[in-house]
Amino acid sequence: MLTKRIIACLDVTGGRVVKGVKFQQLRDAGDPAELAAAHSEAGADEVVLLDISATHEKRATLVDTVRRTAQQLFIPFTVGGGIRSLDEAMAVFDAGADKISINSAALADPSLITSIADRYGSQAVIVAIDAKRIDGQEKFEAYVHGGRTPTGHDAVAWAQEAERRGAGEILLTSMDCDGTGAGFDCGLTRIVSEAVNIPVIASGGGGDTQSFVEVFQRGRADAALAASIFHFGLRHLADLKRELQAAGIPVRWPC
Amino acid sequence: MIAVVDYRAGNLTSVKKALDHLGADAVVTQDPKVVAKAGKIILPGVGHFSATMILEQTGLRSAILHRIERGVPFLGVCVGLQWMFDSSDEAPAIPGLGLFPEKCERFPADVKSPHVGWNSLTCDQGSRLLRGIPSGSFVYFTHSYRAPVVKATVARSEYGGEFSAAVEQGHLFGAQFHPEKSGAIGLKLLENFCGL
Repeated sequence: MLTKRIIACLDVTGGRVVKGVKFQQLRDAGDPAELAAAHSEAGADEVVLLDISATHEKRATLVDTVRRTAQQLFIPFTVGGGIRSLDEAMAVFDAGADKISINSAALADPSLITSIADRYGSQAVIVAIDAKRIDGQEKFEAYVHGGRTPTGHDAVAWAQEAERRGAGEILLTSMDCDGTGAGFDCGLTRIVSEAVNIPVIASGGGGDTQSFVEVFQRGRADAALAASIFHFGLRHLADLKRELQAAGIPVRWPC
Repeated sequence: MIAVVDYRAGNLTSVKKALDHLGADAVVTQDPKVVAKAGKIILPGVGHFSATMILEQTGLRSAILHRIERGVPFLGVCVGLQWMFDSSDEAPAIPGLGLFPEKCERFPADVKSPHVGWNSLTCDQGSRLLRGIPSGSFVYFTHSYRAPVVKATVARSEYGGEFSAAVEQGHLFGAQFHPEKSGAIGLKLLENFCGL
């Protein structure tokens, strides 16, 4: 049967992997190609490279990083961060990405989703949505620009439109839980997962094994993305997969 | 020389990279004259079945057929496997190669579509394509339409019912999953094909 995916996310800037909480105090975490290969060896089902450069002006650096990283990987490789046009997406695909993830640019112009999907297929287009709870309600607002700018758009309605426009998957990040390690927002994840027919990747708040069990069961997530728990020796990917299997969650293990 | 057919159906870089990694002499081509000289042919393809229309328009379809008739090994991947069948409900007016008379269909409505992720294979014995790949191995799928289980099916997978994960008939092979994205197992499959 289809397994739940554990996706390792590497934040990169200037050709290096970095880690920090909410874009503050960024620390160098290593070489992207080496880290991506290490995560793949340890059992990651996919790798995402997210370019978090402040201005995304150094596209050549990113493309070079993508090419070097892709060389090391024989599992699905997604690149996101600052992709604003079909041309930029093409450069990233040519460098070796299997999928791209778009966020702010898709909200600004949803036809971008369709133009990339028409050329590369829907399965190559992930729409990333950063969502924050609106106080006291089971409603969520979509944010852009690294989760800093509210858009006034309902996150669930936007996910449904992204699907209609040709998105193959939704990468859903909870702004409230991101960086806390205290658990995913299972309520948010479930609402979006039930609102669309495409896979939903949960992001933001992944911590212990139980938090992953919950986002798969209560949250109905098809995959879960985590970054900080895999870096700096905070967490071993293989341990997580072994424990998920023991808890009855279908995962690719051993691999 | 292995001809990897480019018919503008998605990104081929991963397929080429995997073949390069295995040391295969692989050429990505849109040219029927190159296909006409190939010792092996790989037809990848992601996206919509309608993209296969280009194969007819460019002369690639006849070039492939001629080589197949001469016993040249052929591997269809993802849409490439579906094209080996009669047709697909995704684009019913476009004929596939017709090696198998059945058609490809959508997944049922009670499962999410596309089928994305790592799923396990139930493998038959004796397949050359799957030599060294045991039942229970995980491979990576991403598709919205699937081919039914037929006599030539050598591996099945389960998602909203069973479907063909791999087919094999003489020198004709197909994989619904992406061997170039399925880690060591996928590389083994490509190695088996290259070594024929």
